[in-house]
Amino acid sequence: MKKHIISYAHIKQNQVSVNGTIMFSAAPSTTLPEFLTELYKSMGISYPKFHKMDALCKLGILCTEFALKDTTFLADNPLNKIAVVLSNASSSLETDRRHQQAIDDKSNYFPSPTVFVYTLPNIIIGEIAIKYKITGENAFFVSEKFDAGLLVSYTEALFSEQTQAAVCGWIEVDNGAYEAFIFLTEIQENTNKNTNFKPLNQLTVIELYNQTIWTH
Amino acid sequence: MDALIEKLKGQIIEQLNLVELKPEEINPDSPLFGEGLGLDSIDALELIVLLEKHYGIKIEDPKDGKTIFQSIRTMAEYIKAQGKS
Repeated sequence: MKKHIISYAHIKQNQVSVNGTIMFSAAPSTTLPEFLTELYKSMGISYPKFHKMDALCKLGILCTEFALKDTTFLADNPLNKIAVVLSNASSSLETDRRHQQAIDDKSNYFPSPTVFVYTLPNIIIGEIAIKYKITGENAFFVSEKFDAGLLVSYTEALFSEQTQAAVCGWIEVDNGAYEAFIFLTEIQENTNKNTNFKPLNQLTVIELYNQTIWTH
Repeated sequence: MDALIEKLKGQIIEQLNLVELKPEEINPDSPLFGEGLGLDSIDALELIVLLEKHYGIKIEDPKDGKTIFQSIRTMAEYIKAQGKS
């Protein structure tokens, strides 16, 4: 049984790359909220809950959607054996700041429950799990920078238990700067399934992470 | 009452980020939760904040929420009954 990466998506600099090819591009001057809305509309999906999410969750959902596009990942793996393993550097700091602003002024003290629920980074995992009905293991790590070794070693450990597949990656938002990289990995008994699949290891993940040639 | 209902529609769309909905698409008698607008428990908290922020109404007993938040019309009737419209 081999573990393969079957698909990956990368979003940064107002561009989306799927399996190394740029699939969507917005003007460099587009702000993150504008970009996320534009991207959501371009995908032709209807998920009203999307608009209630903070930027971190919107980014995570959209990147996952692109990684899943044109795959049979969700159909091929039992949903209770798909793990979600994510990481970033700034945790939920962007939304933490919004909540702080709402409670700073004691004379105008109206903290928003909708903002408050996103003051934990692992809420992205919850949003992904809800949207795709995934009920397997999950973990969220905070590290200074994208750490392929951490994601691979933790996912490998899950594969030694009940997990058969995983949604892994990096979802970072801080002060308008952002980046999302999601890869889908699964155990395959039939290794001839698709010769384009990449083996799951740290070097491959680093290679895929650096693969896209961004045009702006 | 109609003016208050229209105002509430706009405030709910804004407060709950229901950006795919237009005020005219909301039936004031449709249930806010479950079917109808399909709001969830976090939205319920947001509606409580909305009443306090925009109308100065504090809901002291959470049980009252079931009646008040049945629909936009029941919300409007409650606001009016409180003399806050």
